Amino acid sequence: MIHFNVDRSGAGMRTPHAALLSLTHPSRSMFEKQRALLRKAVPAGFPSPADDYVERRLSLDEHLIEHKESTFFMRVAGHSMLGLGIYDGDLLIVDRSIPAAHGCVVVAVIDGEFTVKQLLYTPQGKVLRAAHPDYPDVAIRAGQDFSIWGVVQWNVHKV
Amino acid sequence: MQRAIALVDCNNFYVSCERVFQPGLEGKPVVVLSNNDGCVVSRSQEAKDLGVQMAAPWHQLKDLAKRHGIIALSSNYTLYADLSNRVMSLLARFSPQQEVYSIDESFLDLSGMPGNHDAYARHMRHTIRQCVGIPVCVGIAPSKTLAKLANHVAKKNPRFDGTCDFNAMDGNELDTLLATLPVGEVWGVGRRTAPKLEELGIRNVLDLKRTPPKQLRQRFSVVFERIVAELNGDACLQLEDVAPAKQQIICSRSFGMLTSSLADLEQAAIAYTTRAVEKLRQQHSIAGGIQIYIRTNPHRERDPQYQQAILVPLDEPGDDTRAFCRAALHGLRRIYRSGYAYQKVGVMLTHIIPAAARPITLFDDDAARQRSNALMNALDRINRKMGNGTVKLLGEGINQRWAMRNEHRSPRYTTEWDELALCRS
Repeated sequence: MIHFNVDRSGAGMRTPHAALLSLTHPSRSMFEKQRALLRKAVPAGFPSPADDYVERRLSLDEHLIEHKESTFFMRVAGHSMLGLGIYDGDLLIVDRSIPAAHGCVVVAVIDGEFTVKQLLYTPQGKVLRAAHPDYPDVAIRAGQDFSIWGVVQWNVHKV
Repeated sequence: MQRAIALVDCNNFYVSCERVFQPGLEGKPVVVLSNNDGCVVSRSQEAKDLGVQMAAPWHQLKDLAKRHGIIALSSNYTLYADLSNRVMSLLARFSPQQEVYSIDESFLDLSGMPGNHDAYARHMRHTIRQCVGIPVCVGIAPSKTLAKLANHVAKKNPRFDGTCDFNAMDGNELDTLLATLPVGEVWGVGRRTAPKLEELGIRNVLDLKRTPPKQLRQRFSVVFERIVAELNGDACLQLEDVAPAKQQIICSRSFGMLTSSLADLEQAAIAYTTRAVEKLRQQHSIAGGIQIYIRTNPHRERDPQYQQAILVPLDEPGDDTRAFCRAALHGLRRIYRSGYAYQKVGVMLTHIIPAAARPITLFDDDAARQRSNALMNALDRINRKMGNGTVKLLGEGINQRWAMRNEHRSPRYTTEWDELALCRS
């Protein structure tokens, strides 16, 4: 830290450190470079008292997506699921890897079209139930073109 | 210990990707067309059954398509790449060693894994189907070449139902099976080599397996000695964890229309060169030259035909888009002839080496190189963040009237917010 006070006027050249430096016939610009370096070396201010507590900021991806390979997004079109808080235009987060249990909200394929409904297993077979009084249950007939595409894990709704 | 190498291959990959988001295509004849809706690059089983050949030009199929209701889609590489990444990432869980061989194929090393490999392969198949929706077949064998064949058997022979483990068969059983496979199915035996082998009486895979390697080495190349060893279960090819950097980078596309204007060709040349050099930087390489070629449409036999290519070396190897574009334009102007209706321009970067291995020359200009690197970095970062082509050379043109057709491209369901699949409610 003594170097820090090297005087460009030359008055300081008689200090032992300056003598050492002068052996190399330092040019003025070299001095300036050195001073700049030395200034940088001075630790600035106090360490942040929060340094030990820095953690990663929360990530929605991490929270909402458990299996990233099998998770897909879809857009809702229609009103049949209002009762479960799923609105027209909402964003569904669908995981294909989850087994569809009784009561799950699923994306199903009926006759080649995607539909979002609640899946029920009844003694008469699978039933897709809407969450809206205007939409009756849909019972899946044997041999019907039907499959479960994925299980809805989250619904993202713009308030 | 016997090696066990699995080859996992997605069935009709591009068509299968389309079916994930358009389940209505299930059970129907579907084809995916190459860039610019030129040729068939992927066929559903139903389309294969109708006799649609791979690489068939679409315009020749239009009658057949009309008669049988074949559905043709433009290729949606954005979607295929995303689903491929998902498949590969799931497969990585099944083995400590994976080689991603292509967009729809991956080798996995199962050597020394306890348990029934066939059951394990079925589990893989089920997982990929369930999680991504893509059907795959798995072949297992002691070498990569045999694993390819096992996969072929798994796919074509209904008795195996999608998985086939050569290691689980005894020698006779395997040889009987190999005798049913034509020699052209062997990995590394090209379409031109197969007839030559047949002349020698080597018709099926078993014949090739039993041929003394020396006999083949004299007539063909040393590669055949390796193929025969691999067919005999001696693994000569190792799994490559990291894909080797490409030695050539090509970017070529047919135009959406024929054009005889040099200005159009120049725009296309700049656009393709930009894309190729981007890929070059992505793999941290530099290139020493660029080849540019142009051609008319060979299917329009009554039109005058012309094609020409030229290789333009660079002053020094590099990765600056501007230098390659200058070279490409220089080359293009040399080979361009007026009066022809051009269909295609292509560029190929050559003499590729790792950027770290850049030779030092007497005339190195470090300051200029640093400026160039900074500019290219900024360009790549902006385009990665804001989408391809956000910042580009003006020479690419703003109205690319020659740009390719993809009239039937499906939405990019997994990479664009406003192209998500709709779900009825």
